[in-house]
Amino acid sequence: MGLYIFRRVYQALLVFLVVSGIVFSILHISGDPVALLMPPEATPDQVEEMRRTLGLDKPLLVQYGLFLKNAAQGNLGVSYHHGQPALKLVLERLPASLELVVATILISLILALPIGVLAASKRGTSIDRASLLGSLIGISAPPFWIGIAFILIFSVELQWLPSSGRGTWAHLVLPATSLALYRLALFIRLIRAGMLDVMTMDFIRTARSKGVSEKKVIYKHALKNTLIPFVTIAGIQMGSLLAGAIVTEKVFAWPGMGRLFLESIGVMDFPVIIAWTLVTATIFLAMNLAVDILYVYLDPRIRHEK
Amino acid sequence: MSIHSASANTASHLAEAPYSPPRARFWGFEYIPAERQLLHSFLSNWLVLGALAMLILLVFIAVFAHWVAPVDPLEQTLKARLTPPIWNERGISPYYLGTDRLGRDVLSNIIYGLRISLLVGFFAVGISMIIGLTLGLTAGYKRGFWETFIMRAVDVQLSLPLIMVALCFMVIFGQGLWKMIIVLAIAGWAEYARTVRGTVLSIREKEYVESAHALGFGPWTIMVKYLLINSITPVLVLSAVQVPRVIILEATLSFLGLGVPVTTPSIGLAIARGYQVLFSGSWWASIFPGLALMLLVACINIVADWLRDALEPRSREQV
Repeated sequence: MGLYIFRRVYQALLVFLVVSGIVFSILHISGDPVALLMPPEATPDQVEEMRRTLGLDKPLLVQYGLFLKNAAQGNLGVSYHHGQPALKLVLERLPASLELVVATILISLILALPIGVLAASKRGTSIDRASLLGSLIGISAPPFWIGIAFILIFSVELQWLPSSGRGTWAHLVLPATSLALYRLALFIRLIRAGMLDVMTMDFIRTARSKGVSEKKVIYKHALKNTLIPFVTIAGIQMGSLLAGAIVTEKVFAWPGMGRLFLESIGVMDFPVIIAWTLVTATIFLAMNLAVDILYVYLDPRIRHEK
Repeated sequence: MSIHSASANTASHLAEAPYSPPRARFWGFEYIPAERQLLHSFLSNWLVLGALAMLILLVFIAVFAHWVAPVDPLEQTLKARLTPPIWNERGISPYYLGTDRLGRDVLSNIIYGLRISLLVGFFAVGISMIIGLTLGLTAGYKRGFWETFIMRAVDVQLSLPLIMVALCFMVIFGQGLWKMIIVLAIAGWAEYARTVRGTVLSIREKEYVESAHALGFGPWTIMVKYLLINSITPVLVLSAVQVPRVIILEATLSFLGLGVPVTTPSIGLAIARGYQVLFSGSWWASIFPGLALMLLVACINIVADWLRDALEPRSREQV
């Protein structure tokens, strides 16, 4: 088991290295930030001076080595645009993004569990079909468009909820629900499919033949075993939501790091783009790692393997 | 089933009925041969039938967009800016679903936008299928270092969110239709490689593959004739799931201004333009393009679901 965790950590580090390398090198090849930063009337000396202060005059590999060394110390460079450390800028926006992601996951989990279980236990009935059709529509709608539709209905027409900004819980409702819809639909399908899969297993038949009530069979025996693989998916979704929330942050003017990333693309602010990518990748990888380790504890079959 | 049991009740009915071979039964369940199962489950499902008909219609509209669309999607009629849909009293005749901020027809933009969506969906998935199929096939067949290398690359790729990979590449390469198709293809190859390799590993030790080896068939013959043929079903099922995912991703990237150039009629761009005028009450410019996209994606998803259930009855849901 120690080896299993070690291999996961090793793999996560490898991915991180690859990501940092790709993002760093290609972003630097793609354009010259100095040209954007300097006024057009700048003398060649001034341009050279700027290149030297930014470290852009050194060979690419040296730049990457320096970058990795600095990154290990938490220094990802200074934003070209804001003049502040890039990592600090991104981390300042992190709580807002996390707030959105956690709210989204909570909404989708709280709704998906009962619906998925109900659909599976009433398989083939109109309840089941309605939930399947509903979730099909849910995974077919682009989340940013759902957000726009929500703004139209709840902010413009009904004027119940604010359409932009962050502050009170009311600001969180529309972005989180519109982002949650896709995950909700996905989770309903996964829980339903998982339940149906588990229900055919021998231990369910054994429980039934022992005279265990159907309610207990569903909630105690079947649901428990469905949730184990589901933890993995929910965890991975949480990580990928951080990247996926960008569009929702744009639609609702949510001051998260996704919006910072979009703004930085507009002005080619490389340090911030790199910092966003690395922070998002780190959180995503850490989330996957945590889920992998949690899985070992939840599923005794893995734990007892060597 | 019901017809069968009803006719068995009366002897006179039996005499009139034309001869039909006795149906095989297994524990009381009617046995339907595998090749007929697909058709059987298809015809019994009206939702799937409807979705497929709708999908064919949408593809038809997209392919013949230049005949179907009422006006040129890029033509800006400044006189007709923000015209509401035709059923509104202020609606103007050729603009059935209204116009946007620059006087571009929403319906025509949707029709041409569907063409871009389908184009991106099919080409991006097609290219990633070819890449993934080749790499997965050779990895599973050759084993050794090549396999380790490919599978590590798959691990790296799959341990990052798809949208993040696509976003970063679009930032690097800049806007462009074919750039985006390539980026989405690169972002999607890994799942094919993993699926195909898994299938190849499960059948490469089978007797018929070994006997093909013994008979002296070359590696390419074996790979194509046995391993590739057996990978078709899982690849088909995966593609049916990937196409709608890629279509939504295209719309998302274009909405963010990182996808196709603004001169391309894309659904994502149309929604982005509509979003700018949302608060002035011009809801049609953003709502209708999104509805059309949702209809397209829902139809593909319904057909994909059915395809997966029919071809891989024991498969678990993939994420």
